[in-house]
Amino acid sequence: MTMLNKKKDEYIIIVGCGRLGGSIANLLSKEGKSIVVIDKNESAFTKLSDDFSGFTLEANAIELDTLLRAKIDKADVVVVATDDDNTNIMIAQIAKIIYKVPRVITRLYEPAREEVYKNLNIDTICPTNLSALEFKNIIINNGEKVEK
Amino acid sequence: MKIIIVGGGNNVYFLTKIFISKGYNVTIINSDKEECVKLARIYNIVTVNGDATKPYILEDAGVAYTDLVIALTSKDQSNLVICQLAEKIFKVSRTFAVVNDPNNVDIFKELGVDTVISTTDIISSLIEQRISIEDIINLIPMEEGKVINLEVEILEDSPVINNKLKDLSMPEDSTIGCIIRNDKPVIPNGDTIILLNDKLIILCLPKVQSNVLKSITGRIE
Repeated sequence: MTMLNKKKDEYIIIVGCGRLGGSIANLLSKEGKSIVVIDKNESAFTKLSDDFSGFTLEANAIELDTLLRAKIDKADVVVVATDDDNTNIMIAQIAKIIYKVPRVITRLYEPAREEVYKNLNIDTICPTNLSALEFKNIIINNGEKVEK
Repeated sequence: MKIIIVGGGNNVYFLTKIFISKGYNVTIINSDKEECVKLARIYNIVTVNGDATKPYILEDAGVAYTDLVIALTSKDQSNLVICQLAEKIFKVSRTFAVVNDPNNVDIFKELGVDTVISTTDIISSLIEQRISIEDIINLIPMEEGKVINLEVEILEDSPVINNKLKDLSMPEDSTIGCIIRNDKPVIPNGDTIILLNDKLIILCLPKVQSNVLKSITGRIE
């Protein structure tokens, strides 16, 4: 039971409230996590569902001051999902290397950049690779879903 | 020496000019096609059109055989990624990044960029120094500001005119390395006498900077 409580108390920062960041925020909020979403445009927060229970912070996350305001030093998980790969890379490294956040997950559009960040213990998700794999599976296996 | 400069605008234009005049081999990466064509024509050098934060663009520019990569784009995060790609994938030994946000100087260093220059910091410190002390002609912080190179002109009210260098009461951690007299450099010794309108080039630690000025100009800031 204590384990469960501990998990529930996980503090998660989501950087970028686009379609991806917004959806993750909604899903995790439903799971009862405590969440802060950062985006430089306030209008982005309209993507959050009505029952979203976390906090929003309108600021540019590439500035260290913003990350400090979001209490990055206390975060258990940082999800970086802005629409710019380089911004994602920079914020992910600040979280992982400087603030030693236990789990850092980021989206990268460009698979070629993934190479560099493998060793850093940052989880990267590349939508291009995921879709390509899914397309391949559908074509090769005639649409049957295969478990990896 | 082969140098890759990433970026555009006047900075890159004039930097390239300086490097070429020193005989370096310069390649420019720029995301604007017209600017690439223009720079290639003016300097007769190789320019690569594209986004330098993509590894294959750096490769096209010959990064594997480059001694120095300078990232001068207007976005700090791009400059970080360019330097990291150059170091980690292509093993470039020296990388320079220019940052806009002064906070990023320490961050970039911690993330492995060799040399980080904050233009905001440099400009603001230069302006501050000029405003506070008119006698200083030039002030160059070196080794990230651990040592300062000062150029001070000797004006009429200076207490050190006609004194020998060895009789000056200069603070510890400071030394007069050179005197510019009538536009000619003189390397002084203890018996050199300071004259009106001499320009002293002084090397000192930042903590004694104001004491140095006090003993040279006789004024208290």
